Amino acid sequence: MFESLSEKLSGILDSLTRRGALSEDDVNAALREVRRALLEADVALEVVRSFTDKVRSRAVGAEVIRSVTPGQMVVKIVHDELVAMLGAEGETLDLEAVPPVPVLMVGLQGSGKTTTTAKIARRLSERNKRKVLLASLDTRRPAAMEQLAVLGEQVGVATLPIVPGQSAVQIARRAMEAARFGGYDVVMLDTAGRVTIDEELMEEVAQVKAATNPHEVLLVADALTGQDAVNTARAFDSKVGVTGIVLTRMDGDGRGGAALSMRGVTGKPIKLVGTGEKIDALEEFHPQRVANRILGMGDIVSLVEKA
Amino acid sequence: SRTSSSIGTGITDLFVRRKLDAAALEDLEDILIQADLGVDTTDRIIKAVSAGRYDKEISADEVKQVLAREVETTLTPVAQPLIIDASHKPFVILMIGVNGAGKTTTIGKLAQKFRAEGRSVMLAAGDTFRAAAIEQLKVWGERTGATVVARPQGSDAAGLAFDALKEAKERGVDVLMIDTAGRLQNKAGLMAELEKIVRVVKKFDAGAPHAALLVLDATTGQNAVNQVEIFARTAGVTGLVMTKLDGTARGGILVSIAAKSGLPVHFIGVGESVDDLEPFSARDFARAIAGLPEEH
Ligand SMILES: Nc1nc2c(ncn2[C@@H]2O[C@H](COP(=O)(O)OP(=O)(O)OP(=O)(O)O)[C@@H](O)[C@H]2O)c(=O)[nH]1
Ligand SMILES: Nc1nc2c(ncn2[C@@H]2O[C@H](COP(=O)(O)OP(=O)(O)OP(=O)(O)O)[C@@H](O)[C@H]2O)c(=O)[nH]1
Ligand SMILES: [Mg+2]
Ligand SMILES: [Mg+2]
Repeated sequence: MFESLSEKLSGILDSLTRRGALSEDDVNAALREVRRALLEADVALEVVRSFTDKVRSRAVGAEVIRSVTPGQMVVKIVHDELVAMLGAEGETLDLEAVPPVPVLMVGLQGSGKTTTTAKIARRLSERNKRKVLLASLDTRRPAAMEQLAVLGEQVGVATLPIVPGQSAVQIARRAMEAARFGGYDVVMLDTAGRVTIDEELMEEVAQVKAATNPHEVLLVADALTGQDAVNTARAFDSKVGVTGIVLTRMDGDGRGGAALSMRGVTGKPIKLVGTGEKIDALEEFHPQRVANRILGMGDIVSLVEKA
Repeated sequence: SRTSSSIGTGITDLFVRRKLDAAALEDLEDILIQADLGVDTTDRIIKAVSAGRYDKEISADEVKQVLAREVETTLTPVAQPLIIDASHKPFVILMIGVNGAGKTTTIGKLAQKFRAEGRSVMLAAGDTFRAAAIEQLKVWGERTGATVVARPQGSDAAGLAFDALKEAKERGVDVLMIDTAGRLQNKAGLMAELEKIVRVVKKFDAGAPHAALLVLDATTGQNAVNQVEIFARTAGVTGLVMTKLDGTARGGILVSIAAKSGLPVHFIGVGESVDDLEPFSARDFARAIAGLPEEH
């Protein structure tokens, strides 16, 4: 991808502008290729559009440094703009509140909520020495509660005892109560997966939020998501007010455009990324790395930086 | 199919009465991109739509019809039912795909369908890795009246598959479905493990698995193309199932996959319940993508 994008940009630009400032026509020609590359990386169309607008306004008239080609110059501007749009380094979970601090996990079916819940719990208990309670509010998926219980045992974190027949809101209340009684620092509330057009279930998660007043509402989303990422991010954000995003399956070979899409439409930071099925496969988000991945480049940036 | 019709709404807005000029085509292109058709497939369809119509006035409905026809043409050859050849006893189905795509749930839905057809069904809990994956499959077994063969978590999946085959044969079961752990196609170790499962199954019955179904999540973007390519190479995929078409995702990537791989598409998943499985219809899917109303 690096090869093809930079080659294409070189092909288009380098014959036109050998020196001086980038003209609007030069930039537009380049941006057509950039647009294509972003779409192939699954960046949502509307985000691609606002992104290319930003790049255009930065690139037109930019002086081309003598030692790089105009194509490389544009790629560098694109890269920097991507990093800026993906957000700052080091955004992480905010647990600065009166304990027990509720953390609510939401997302589509199969996105990785339960696994991520356990991963975060492990990190909080091992690294931050917090006393964590896990609760599954998933009353629907077969063996969802057992799944969280098994994971809790694996990471040495307590799970709320399973009481059959309770609603998600009832379980959430019980979890908060148990956490208060038990002197827990953090309560992780895992929820059932839901499609955003399921009004009943979206209302359920809104009620859970109202009942627990979570300090963090984390949207867990699959990094392999396509154009639908914007719908998902918007719908969850408007219904429950997302505070951060966790992107799972970053260990895949997807380009990860969902990161830019979700960040772009919600403005919410990507706080963590999942990089495997294993319980320790949770990492900080590095905008730089994801930007390189989306465009499939890297060398060119350092090339221009050194120039 | 219940694929969202917002594409259709988009087109209706665009082509009330409008010249099919470059700007109109660009708008149309946007709509297809947003359905995950991908850049190349979108380009191809846009070309077909504009051929002979460029710069002419065209109605919204006409655009939709042309679009649906184009998509349907690509999908028709792959819309094929899953045929259970009763001469194989058991008929072995291997269920594979990336994590969380819907493999286990689809097994449950298929079990229901086969049971309703009067077949005996056995399920092999081949996901020996994920927490409570075995329990999840057991619930589906109870729901559908299918026998479940399992070993403790952490056991060798290929060994479990072999045991299940043996037991299914002894009991004269009609259909054996083998669940597997989710795996990303770029993980060499996990793909080798899948290869081993296939090898062991073949050792038992050279013709098995009689179907290797790759489950694709409709919300997946361009990566689904890679998934198909690599799973096909590793496990000899014989057909596809696309899940989660009840959400806002439109599954447009299937159009690219159909064009590239030609693999049959058997079913779509439209919910989490046991009955939320429909046979794949090229016409319905194409009409849904183009925003035309369902036909009955
Ligand atoms: N490769 C990989 N797999 C992951 C990651 N996170 C989760 N998974 C896998 O994705 C699958 C689904 O994960 P779950 O945690 O059950 O997802 P969920 O969102 O709780 O699913 P529902 O409760 O059914 O909506 C499992 O197979 C997990 O092992 C990740 O970062 N990388
Ligand atoms: N909305 C919707 N949800 C589905 C559909 N099919 C499966 N699901 C849900 O998606 C989630 C994951 O499904 P599973 O069947 O566990 O997926 P899997 O591929 O077996 O997952 P792993 O074994 O963890 O890799 C569950 O919450 C299912 O209920 C579908 O067609 N529509
Ligand atoms: Mg879950
Ligand atoms: Mg499964």
